[in-house]
Order: sequence, then structure tokens, then C-alpha cells
Amino acid sequence: MHQHTLKELSVLLDKKEISSTEVTQALLERIETHEPTLNAMITVDNDGALEAAKHADAAINELGGTASAGKPLLGVPLIHKDIFCTEGVLTTCASHMLHNFKSPYDATVVERLRAQGTVMLGKANMDEFAMGSSNENSHFGAVGNPWQTDRVPGGSSGGSAAAVAAGYAPVATGTDTGGSIRQPAAFCGLSGIKPTYGRVSRYGMIAFASSLDQGGVLARSAEDCAYLLGPMSGVDPRDSTSVDQPVDDFVTALDGSGLSVTVDSSGDAPLNGVRIGVAAEYFSDGLDKAVATEVRQAISKLESLGASIVEISLPNQHLCIPAYYAIAPAECSSNLSRFDGVRYGHRCESPVDLEDLYKRSRDEGFGREVKRRILIGTYVLSAGYYDAYYLKAQKTRRLISDDFAEAFKSVDMIAGPATPTTAFARGSKTADPVSMYLNDLYTVSANLSGLPAMSIPCGFADGLPVGLQLVSNYFKESELLYVSHQFQQIDDSHQQRPRGFE
Amino acid sequence: MSIKPDEVRNIAHLARLGLDESQLSEFSDDLSRTLDLVDQLNQANTDSVEPLANPGQCSARLRDDVVAETDQREKLQTVAPNVDNGFYLVPRVIE
Amino acid sequence: MEWETVIGLEIHAQLATQSKIFSAAATAFGAEQNRQACAVDLALPGVLPVVNREVLAMAVRFALVTDAEIGRHSVFARKNYFYPDLPKGYQISQMNHPIVGTGSVEIVLGDGQRKTIGITRAHLEEDAGKSVHDEYSDFTAIDLNRAGTPLLEIVSEPDMRSAQEAVTYAKRVHSLVRYIGICDGNMQEGSFRCDANVSIRLKGDEKLGTRAEIKNVNSFRFLERAIEFEVERQREILESGGEVVQETRLYDADRDETRSMRSKEDANDYRYFPDPDLLPVEIDDAFIDAQRASLPELPEVKTARYISELGLADKDAITLAADKSTADYFESLIGAHAMPAKLSANWMLGELFARLNRDQLDIDDSPVDATAFAGLIARIEDNTVSGKTAKQVLDGMWDGKGSADDVIKAEGLQQITDTSAIEAMIDEVIAANPSQVAEYRAGKEKLLGFFVGAVMKASAGKANPGQLNQILKNKLSG
Ligand SMILES: [Mg+2]
Ligand SMILES: [Zn+2]
Repeated sequence: MHQHTLKELSVLLDKKEISSTEVTQALLERIETHEPTLNAMITVDNDGALEAAKHADAAINELGGTASAGKPLLGVPLIHKDIFCTEGVLTTCASHMLHNFKSPYDATVVERLRAQGTVMLGKANMDEFAMGSSNENSHFGAVGNPWQTDRVPGGSSGGSAAAVAAGYAPVATGTDTGGSIRQPAAFCGLSGIKPTYGRVSRYGMIAFASSLDQGGVLARSAEDCAYLLGPMSGVDPRDSTSVDQPVDDFVTALDGSGLSVTVDSSGDAPLNGVRIGVAAEYFSDGLDKAVATEVRQAISKLESLGASIVEISLPNQHLCIPAYYAIAPAECSSNLSRFDGVRYGHRCESPVDLEDLYKRSRDEGFGREVKRRILIGTYVLSAGYYDAYYLKAQKTRRLISDDFAEAFKSVDMIAGPATPTTAFARGSKTADPVSMYLNDLYTVSANLSGLPAMSIPCGFADGLPVGLQLVSNYFKESELLYVSHQFQQIDDSHQQRPRGFE
Repeated sequence: MSIKPDEVRNIAHLARLGLDESQLSEFSDDLSRTLDLVDQLNQANTDSVEPLANPGQCSARLRDDVVAETDQREKLQTVAPNVDNGFYLVPRVIE
Repeated sequence: MEWETVIGLEIHAQLATQSKIFSAAATAFGAEQNRQACAVDLALPGVLPVVNREVLAMAVRFALVTDAEIGRHSVFARKNYFYPDLPKGYQISQMNHPIVGTGSVEIVLGDGQRKTIGITRAHLEEDAGKSVHDEYSDFTAIDLNRAGTPLLEIVSEPDMRSAQEAVTYAKRVHSLVRYIGICDGNMQEGSFRCDANVSIRLKGDEKLGTRAEIKNVNSFRFLERAIEFEVERQREILESGGEVVQETRLYDADRDETRSMRSKEDANDYRYFPDPDLLPVEIDDAFIDAQRASLPELPEVKTARYISELGLADKDAITLAADKSTADYFESLIGAHAMPAKLSANWMLGELFARLNRDQLDIDDSPVDATAFAGLIARIEDNTVSGKTAKQVLDGMWDGKGSADDVIKAEGLQQITDTSAIEAMIDEVIAANPSQVAEYRAGKEKLLGFFVGAVMKASAGKANPGQLNQILKNKLSG
């Protein structure tokens, strides 16, 4: 049951060859079996899931075999990253600060996917407040990578990635501030998409860095990403940074319709007409050799599908990490001020005065990485440092964004590695935050510039998955999904399953 | 860039984080190293470059002046650590 | 030593929107604690602000009536600090790109001189909630109903040279914001609050002295007294060789003094930066034109019209037009109720204002509204009552005894206009005073007053004075 893709499940449910209740039951059991090893979940909502499945089954009966056309997600189980607020179900952001927080409202993404009749199995583990690249910064413990359980699944959406890779659910939601969907997707052999900034509403998605955060999907194929991303997308009156622009039909785009490049998906050169840029800056010293080899082979495969490969340059690529580590902490230091022990969340025992209430609640409530980033952010915004750090970073951000604008004059998409290495061993980078930060080397630029980006499996190095990253121009998610889908027609990396989780 | 524990203490106060001595020294180390990373920004020539605060977009969408929220006090206060008679309570603040 | 006072004001005008600046919760005054604080106002995890279009419209209207630059591209910024009535740990305000730039207003000083007061800027921001300290002995109670209420903070140049000037300016701004309908101006409810930056310097000095900021003064009278106290305090310090400390002070109305707010142990470092949840706001020509078209007639224009079209005296026209409610009251008298302008103006400025002042009431709270007052003017106009009696009628109306007609009827105050009745009374008086009649007829015309008084007395003051005079003169000469 757990091997079906979302699309397969959708058809089986519609034909009533299985019921949503059966699938849900089976997946809940699977979660129970593997959780002691993986720890991918913070909350499993058995009762809520079975209840939702029952409703879905009734709705499927009513629709009588037409659901997969109109409502393909009806009865499909999924997992939400524990950063999305879910009414009545614990939403912790993997923090002690919110260990007792049952949100009184639903995030827009949650509400929209519920309206599609999806069945939420529970909430996935993550790095606390989405700060991390290894899922080792969780108040609820580290998460194992199903491919090698002593390796990290990546982060911050590490629980979502591990859960989907382990077959807990066909799809999971994630969020991506500096690579938090794409890096775990790469580490766990999944397809993960971070859409254009503003494509998916951030309302109810607990903020880390508001100008960088974007919700998205982790799935086992580009096709499944397309199915889930559609209903998540679109303008939301509650998020004024969400963009009021029609949402492409991501599913039909998989066949090449509605793209701004003209392609022929039926022939043997479906990428004919697609110009793919490769930047030398992405293949520099920091990149693991085995990873580089797999990524280069993947790019050759894209070429074999008809794409033209164009050399491009992203001259400010080396400034992405420095800019990111000024901007993201600055925004986070302010965003996390609301966690003060007054209206919700953790409050320290018997505060003697207001300052004690603030300081102890926040010291006890936040983990080390979160405090680290609050401190950096406070520092770069403080009097005397604002210009040298925060403003300088925002100016650099413009340069980085301009590099992409320049590149997209001559290419439709940029391909490269998603991560510098494959999944590393748990504990190997925790002592040195800066070495951990370098994991986002290839991913943060898409966040800084707001561009849509995707990681898809493209091979293995020492038995661990390697991710190929594709970045396209604003609102060209369809093209990312099309190219990825076409790649997955001739490459079976995405169909491999970790041993023990087949 | 080296950040001394005393400086960390000041920043931590601004951020209302109660850190003990050992945390102060740990963070002074972490912060110094992170700021060294950020200092690489000095390689960029940003003269006459406009800062970019929000990517890819120009202006805000607005809402009409309509009251659409109803009283949800009881529900919203179920998650509060200390409420009484509809008030949130904090240790007494001397004005 | 001769000192010069320098005052600049920061006025927080609460914008009269239905909903809050960044959420769809109501702004109505007086709700039970935390019943008007929604998820956004409470800064629940994950919520986001969305700007209320109407606050921009109101700010633009303010810019238009103060000849101010309009920030076509204005940016919301976060001002970061911790306080329990500030749910997000930052206030959304505007820093580098406010919606209203440099402008000015003209004030009329006591001696009739006009003076221009510069406006540095006006920016939009959200109000904080309320900390209640007297409800619990061990706790401060937080009510977040007010959190997110839209404010326009109007910052003046340090152009004022006395407490009176400052008050005149504040009243002028108060009048303006009420005129253009962006603020109800209710100072008791905190809809219009003033912070005064006060410093003194030796006359002739260019450099500004060290200033103290007096926070949150909520009446014009207190503003004047707070500034006067503060000027005196600073003068004493400087004349005794001391130094004024730059600090925030509070005015204590009960003790009529300002005192230092407990100095915060750390200097504020607000770490302003553009709010990443809010994109810049773009204001285009069409938006500005729509606001311009919606502006009402302003005080200056009204004053000129009252003088040229209604023939009112300059001073009366200025007073009636200065305040929106007063002008509305007056225009209701002469418009809907078609009363004569001069008579209406005289009675409003005289008897109505005297009673409002005596009872310290705003015209909006007058026990006699415009319709009722028009009823009184009508009876003066048609001679039902004399001017003198009318004051008595107004007192009755003031005390809740009903309409002008009710009071006139109940107290029998109707003027005697029946010619034969007046003639009869005159005949009696003439008959009773033959020697005075003879003297009058011999040329002692001063005695007319004696006869008028006697007849008036006989009529218990109700005889129509005009008729009485006319008939009396005829009879005496006859
Ligand atoms: Mg302010
Ligand atoms: Zn203010």
C-alpha cells in the first residue's frame, strides 16, 4: 500500500479498489513500525486521520468514479511539516517553546488541502523553527535518514523527507527558507519543489525569515509534486505577499501544455527547445567529486532529451551564504520576538518580574541554534552594524538576484547540484555551525532571489542519493515540473527505495 | 570579527534571552565565526546598488476596511499560560 | 536673562476606520477586554498583517490639507522592543519612507497674526494594547483590544514658541483631522494624543537646548499647563547653573507637574528594518485624485463663505468654522432649519457657547441639539418671545424641560403682541401717572423709559418691546 504514488492511489481510490480508510490504516501502522528508528514524526493523529478517511470514502462513493478527474486528492493521505498550524492538533515547530501549542486556526495550506479531501496523518519532525540543515536541531530529537539511519535526512524539512522516503505517505508538505525542501529531498532521494516566493500562502506557516520562506512539496516523483502543489498555490487575502496571478495547471503541464517554451512530449526529444544553463560556480571546490559526477551525468541526460546546454555565469554565487546569514537571522530575530511567554507557548516557572518572565521563558523555550540565530540577527540590526551587515546583505541580495535575471535572458532553467555532498553522518557537523551553514551553498540563491527551484534524484554516491537542482524563472514551476518529469521517464533514481523500507 | 561575551550579554538582553556564563562564552565563539562568514560580503562592490528587501515583487495588496473577525476570545485564550477574566496576566509592571 | 521656548509636537491621531490597520478586527471603543483582539492582533504564530486601504486614503487626505508631499512609495518598518502590550515584540510603523512628507499648517495667534507651523512628516503605525495595573495586586493585566488600531503620527517642526502657540497648533490639527473625517478627535478616549518636545534657549541662540519629551497629554488644557510647568522647570535648572537631561516625562494632572519616567536601564535600540511581511505601498494619481475629490469644505473656505455670503463678522465666522461640529451645528440651523444666519450665529456664539463653557461640554454633547435650538431661534424670529425671555426658555430647554414651545407654554412665557392688550395696559399706566404725563408732554422726553418700564412691569415682562414703544409714543404725544 505504501509504495503507491499519489497518482496511483488517486486512481485506485476512485475505482474503489481500495478505500481511504484502508490506506490510512495501513500507513498509520507503517508509521508505528518505523518511528522508533526514524523519529520522523512529532505528532501522529490516528483518530483525526481515520475520521478524515471515513469522510473521504463517503465523498468518493457519492462522486462514483469521477473523483480522480475533478478532485484527485480525495482520500489521499499526507503529512504536514510541523511548521503549518493545524487547528486542534499540536503545532510545535519542533520547539520546546511550542511544546503545548494547539493552534486555534488552520494555515491556509492546511485548509486548502483539507478542502481537497486529503487525509492528514500527522505532523513531521523538523529543525526547530526551520533552522538547520540536518534535522538535529529538534526539541523532539534527531531524525534518521531511511537510506542510512545514522545519517541525517537533511533539514529543515527532514521529518517530511524521511517520512515520504520511508513510505509513511506518498507526499508531505515542507517549507524552504534556504534549501529546507530541496536539501532533504536530495538527501532522501525525493523530488522536492520550492515554488516562486508568493506562489504559496505563508499564512499559518510559522515564520522563520519572512522574505525567504516558501511552502512546497516533497514527493517521490515530479508528477506527485505537481498534483499537490496546484491546490496549495494561489493568492490568499490573508498573505499580502502572496501573488495574485493565475496558477498554471501543473498536472497538464507534465505533458508540455501551457509552457512558455514549445515542446513535444510525445517524441524522443521532449526537451527540444529548452535551454538549460550550467554555471561553473556550481562546480567549484566545495563540491564532492562523486556528487559532481552524478550531476554532470544527469545534465548529459537532459541534453540527450533534446535540451541545449548553455554555459552561464553567476558571479556573485560565493556571496549567497554570507548574505543569507545576515538576512535570515535578522528577520528571524524579529519574527521570534512574539514568543515571549505571554499569550501562548512556554512560560517559565514562577517568574519574579517581567524581565525574568521574558528571559527565562525564551532561554528555556529555544534551542541553541535558534538562540544563535536570534543573537546574530539582533546584532546585525543593532545600531552601528545595520549598514555594514544588514543593508550590505540586502544590496548583495540585489546583485545575486540580478545575476539570475541576466542568466535567464539566455536560458530557461539552470541545472546544478542541490547539495555539496550526500547525506552526512549524524553529529559530524554539529560542533561547527559554519560548516553546517555551507550545506545550503547551492540552494539559498533561489530564496534570496525568490525563484522557483526543485531538486530531483539523479543517481547515487556510495549508496546515498544525489540531487539535481533545477532553478527556473519566476512562476515557471510548470517548466521545472515538466523537465523533471521528462527526466524521470528515462532515469529510475526516483524509483529506488531505501533498504528496509521497500 | 570577534564578539566578546560582554557584547553577547548586551545583544542577549536586547533579544530578552537569559543566557548563563557558559552560554555567553559559547555564543561569543559561534557569533564570531558566523560574522567572519558574513564579513565576506565586503568582497562585493555595492556602491549605488539598491537594497532588495522582498524578492521579485513590487507592491502590496491591500484589504478593504471591513470588520470580518468575530470575538474568539475563549478559543484564543485556551493556549495562554495565564489568563483571568479575559485578561492576559504578567508579573506586575511598575510604571 | 531672556529665554526663548521651543516646542515641537508629535500628535497621534487614531484613524476612524472600522477595522484595524493590519487585521479585520473591529476598532470600536469600549469592548470588553480582548474581545476585539483577533489572531493577527495577538500575534499568534503564523499570522500575517494585511494593510487596510482606508488608512492610506486617510493619510493621503491629511497630506492634501496640509500641503504635504505624498509618499508615493511608502514602506512599513518594524520597531523592535519587548513590552507585554506589544504582542509581536515589534510595532509596525514607518521609518525611512513615511506616507506623508513635509507639509505645513497655518495658525492664527491671539493677536490675529498668522503663523505657519511646519510639519516634518506624518506616518502610519499601529497602536499597542493596554496594560492595566490596578486590577490585580500581583499582576499587570493585558487587554489587546487596542492593539493594531491605526494611528497617524503627525510630527511638527520645533516651530512653536509658547504653550499657547502649541495649543493653538494642536487645536488646529484637531480641527483639520475632524474636518476631513479621519479622526473623531475624542481626547478622553485617547483618539487624539499629544507628545510635546520642550526646550528653552537664550534669546538669540541658534542652537536648540536639550529637550524633554512630555508623553501622552490628552487635553488641550493639560498640554498648556504641562508645557508651562516644563518651561519653568527648565528655566530654574538652567538659571541655577544646572543642565537639562534629555528624557521622557509624564504630566500628572492632579499635581499639575511633569515628572521623569523611570529611566530605562538600557538605551533603546529599536533595530528598525523594513517589515518583510509587507511589501512597499504604491500610491498612484488616481488614488490621490479620488481622495482630493472626497475632501469636504475646509475651515478657511467656510470662513470666507460665512463672511461674504452670510454677512457674518470676521471673528464670528472664524469661530463658527474652526470646529467641524460647531460648523455642522450652525449649518444645520441655517440649512435644514432655514433660520437667519446672523441671528443664529449670535445666539450660538452667545448663549449656547456660554452654557457649554459653563458646563464644560462639547457641542456634540450639548443638551440642546441643533433642531431644538432652531426651535428657539424660530420663536425669537417670530416674536413669540423677546430676546430676554428667550434666555429663560433656553435655560428650561437646557434643564430638559422639552422644546422651546414646551417651555414657553409651560412657563407662560409667550410674548404679548395683541395690540389692544398692550393699549389697555398703557392706558392704565397713563391714567395712574398724570403728573409724569404732563412733564413728558412739556418736553421731558427722558421720561419715556419710565413709562416703558412701568408697562413692561404691568405685563410681567411679556409685552413685545417694539409694539410697546410704538404705541406708548403715540399715546403720550397724543
Ligand atoms: Mg512612532
Ligand atoms: Zn507613535
